[in-house]
Amino acid sequence: MRAGILRSPSPLPGFGLSFGIMMTVLSIVVLLPIGALLGRGLMIGPADLWDMVNSRRIWSALTLSFRAALIASLFNLVFGLLLAWVLVRYRFWGRRFVDAAVDLPFALPTAVAGIALTALYAPNGVFGQALAPFGLQVAYTEVGIWVALVFIGLPFVVRTVQPVIEELEPDLEEVSATLGARRTHTLRRVILPTLTPALLTGFALALARSVGEYGSVIFIAGNIPNLTEIAPLLIVIRLEEYNYDAAAAIGIAMLVVSFAMLLAINAIQVWSRRRIGNV
Amino acid sequence: MSDIALTRPVPVTTEPPLARYLLIGLAAVFVALFLFAPLVTVFVEALRQGWVGVIDALRLPDAQAAIRMTLTIAAIAVPLNATFGIAAAWAITKFDFRGKAFLITLIDLPFSVSPVVAGLMLVLLFGANSTLGGWLIANDMPIVFAFPGILLATLFVTFPFVAREIIPVMIEQGRTEEEAALTLGASGWRTFFTVTLPNIRWALLYGVLLCNARAMGEFGAVAVVSGKIRGETATMPTMVEMFYNEYLSVAAFTLAAVLAMLALLTLLLKSLLEWRHAELLAATRRH
Amino acid sequence: MYHTIRIGGHSLAQGTFLRSLDDGRIEIDAGHARLSGHPVTPLHPSDAGRLRGALRKTLTGAYLRSGILTAVAAIGLTLTGTATLKAQDNVAILNVSYDPTREFYREYNTLFNAWWAAQGNAPVAVQQSHGGAGAQARAVIDGLPATVVTLALSADIDTISERTGLLPADWQTRLPHNSSPYTSTIVFLVREGNPRGIQDWDDLVADGVQVITPNPKTSGGARWNFLAAWAYAGRNGLDPAQFVGTLYRNVPVLDTGARGSTTTFTQRGVGDVLLAWENEAFLALASLGEDKFDIVVPSVSILAESPVALVDGNITSDAQRAAAEAYLQHLYSPEAQALATRHYYRAWDTSQAAAEDIARFPELELVTIADFGGWPVVQTEYFGEGGIFDQIYEE
Repeated sequence: MRAGILRSPSPLPGFGLSFGIMMTVLSIVVLLPIGALLGRGLMIGPADLWDMVNSRRIWSALTLSFRAALIASLFNLVFGLLLAWVLVRYRFWGRRFVDAAVDLPFALPTAVAGIALTALYAPNGVFGQALAPFGLQVAYTEVGIWVALVFIGLPFVVRTVQPVIEELEPDLEEVSATLGARRTHTLRRVILPTLTPALLTGFALALARSVGEYGSVIFIAGNIPNLTEIAPLLIVIRLEEYNYDAAAAIGIAMLVVSFAMLLAINAIQVWSRRRIGNV
Repeated sequence: MSDIALTRPVPVTTEPPLARYLLIGLAAVFVALFLFAPLVTVFVEALRQGWVGVIDALRLPDAQAAIRMTLTIAAIAVPLNATFGIAAAWAITKFDFRGKAFLITLIDLPFSVSPVVAGLMLVLLFGANSTLGGWLIANDMPIVFAFPGILLATLFVTFPFVAREIIPVMIEQGRTEEEAALTLGASGWRTFFTVTLPNIRWALLYGVLLCNARAMGEFGAVAVVSGKIRGETATMPTMVEMFYNEYLSVAAFTLAAVLAMLALLTLLLKSLLEWRHAELLAATRRH
Repeated sequence: MYHTIRIGGHSLAQGTFLRSLDDGRIEIDAGHARLSGHPVTPLHPSDAGRLRGALRKTLTGAYLRSGILTAVAAIGLTLTGTATLKAQDNVAILNVSYDPTREFYREYNTLFNAWWAAQGNAPVAVQQSHGGAGAQARAVIDGLPATVVTLALSADIDTISERTGLLPADWQTRLPHNSSPYTSTIVFLVREGNPRGIQDWDDLVADGVQVITPNPKTSGGARWNFLAAWAYAGRNGLDPAQFVGTLYRNVPVLDTGARGSTTTFTQRGVGDVLLAWENEAFLALASLGEDKFDIVVPSVSILAESPVALVDGNITSDAQRAAAEAYLQHLYSPEAQALATRHYYRAWDTSQAAAEDIARFPELELVTIADFGGWPVVQTEYFGEGGIFDQIYEE
């Protein structure tokens, strides 16, 4: 096994054991279920699969899912960077608590997050009432979906960028200052490029996670077809119709996109490693 | 490092005070709006009838059964994923083999698969309509709508957490230390426990805590495969939904608050550990 | 004064109050034994008094009169790893139901067990599973081991029969009244004082009126809403497709389930009118405040039959079959019918129902699903993929 798979020999032991454990768990937990889904797709056949996905309703749901995820992730990109920078570079009261709370969206059940956000942004909620005089409605519109996805995706950006900021050597900034650069210039031309790969990774992770989000979104979205109906809800609807094939078809479409996005993330990581060494 | 910078007459590695306060203020507003407001809502709703309501809710047998269920699931899923994560990290970082990049992508995949799709996959695989599922049910080993299905769904969604945290750290550390230990005559296991493990322990701990938080909070995938039998296959998040649908909003938010507390507690614990071992941590990260 | 307590995870018992224990449990005299357990928490603490009153009425009404005063000591199912339903020494049945029946079955399970024990049988552990009707039917198809199903539409049970063969195709003829022990209809819930002056279906298509109803694709209740609106249009010489299309354009939020819609309307303050099951509307009034909403009864609505059925294929023992059959048949007993009436369902036998419960139900013209050609036709034509409902959003 060793000789067959390994590219170059390694003096370290335990390849068989660790590789074995990894492949076993990976097969049972991830590959088998995904295989079941793809197998279903194969049985349906590509032509029928395409027919099932190719309708205006599904396209608008898929574009909505991606558009909302994109907007929320861009928002998170900016504010996640800000938060990570503030958390690493500045000392202020309550910093540790904020730092811990960043992971909260990981832990709070998505349905709870959805209910809490809806309660806040509904027309009779605290934020909803505050925004109403400006003619802004958040809950039950696309904006509500953005809000839910910002909540879901935030930790991904912060947690990927934070360690990189921690590792930035102050020398670089000093050198830059010595050479006469202003602080804004240093930030833009020295710091930002170093953080770019991590930012992109965090952005892509947040995006990938947001596209498939269901639990928090269905509460705050209006779920109106063509307007505020997200792709995962369509899967649920197809299931309610006992149409497993159509559900599998949309599931496969989303899976393919997820996989493509993750390949892109890993490509970014490889690129960043090449560019600035191991980060 | 910024402390040192601050004592200099002209700080060149930080922003002017005004900008600093502005940025902190902006971050604070953002955190307050997007993180704390939902969290506070949960606690406010839970305490709507005072502590009595909270205590009553926690005494409901369904709530207790759900808490037990969730803790059991986490107690099994987290060690399993930790073992997997370590094994995967060891295989990936200490050896060169074909298809490594593809493998890493596969490990990451559950991150981005919609929980609904994850549940759908399990139903397609183990539901009564599939060959495998039919056979398992006929032999009295049901997977979906029973404990194993909930466990599998949880394992799926938490799958990458530990591996993703330790792989980068182990890549950074390289192989030289382990190779040196082996040259000096240490056995493989000894090398792992005395050289590798101490180096990755913080990343491992963080991964385990995240994995734990997510395992307890997963809703979408579990809801599809749980069958929602009260007191039997209901986890805390599914029970939250059920209580909420019964107009028992205090009970629903109490359970949600317990989940949030569990998460905050583990995360604060992590922060505390990091803080006490800040230098150690910095040292291991810097290597 | 009667109290209901919970013993273990799944059993309820009733009797006269004896004393409170320090740990929050109470002790009751259940006739043949003293039992202690946690009092069952009422729906909403502020409504505790009202609910207790209602419970007392139910108990004194249904229990005392029939002379049944038996405690039900059922099985505290051991909560271990493999949480599957197995017929062991004790008989357990799993009732897979839809959303709005939670409160009814919670009490009916107690009522049934009391009656069942009085017949000299061992107590039955009744497990409940609630969710959207479609999702629940699908769970049964995918292997959820339901002993009985009590769902919102016969179409859902038809699908189970069709896809799994777990129950015969003619299941609906096995029990009286199309196997529907209780029925309901669709009414309007409006805000206090009815500020938009909504009286009938045609007020719902007016400009600027916001209607809250769940998605017929995911909610059984919503399908009844849809058909009731359709029936109104048909009777008043309007083009039903156009009428219903206009109505759905006034819907700002399509929740996935009936409870979701109720929450959106009542708690989130969205919309002018909620289309709801009659029982859901009454329950919302009772648990969320009678001073906040009014019920408006339209000129025509639909008879919403919610059928029940035994899932033959999932029966594991004769004892379980006997218990499950009795469980369904007892739904037609005068006591159970009175209980259903109390829970705002329109039941068939009102001989034991309280007068004020019966008085709640106004007379109105009800069309039936048979007028539409029956569920098998309606399901595909109206709600199937590419059906009439889908066309509304295809323009």
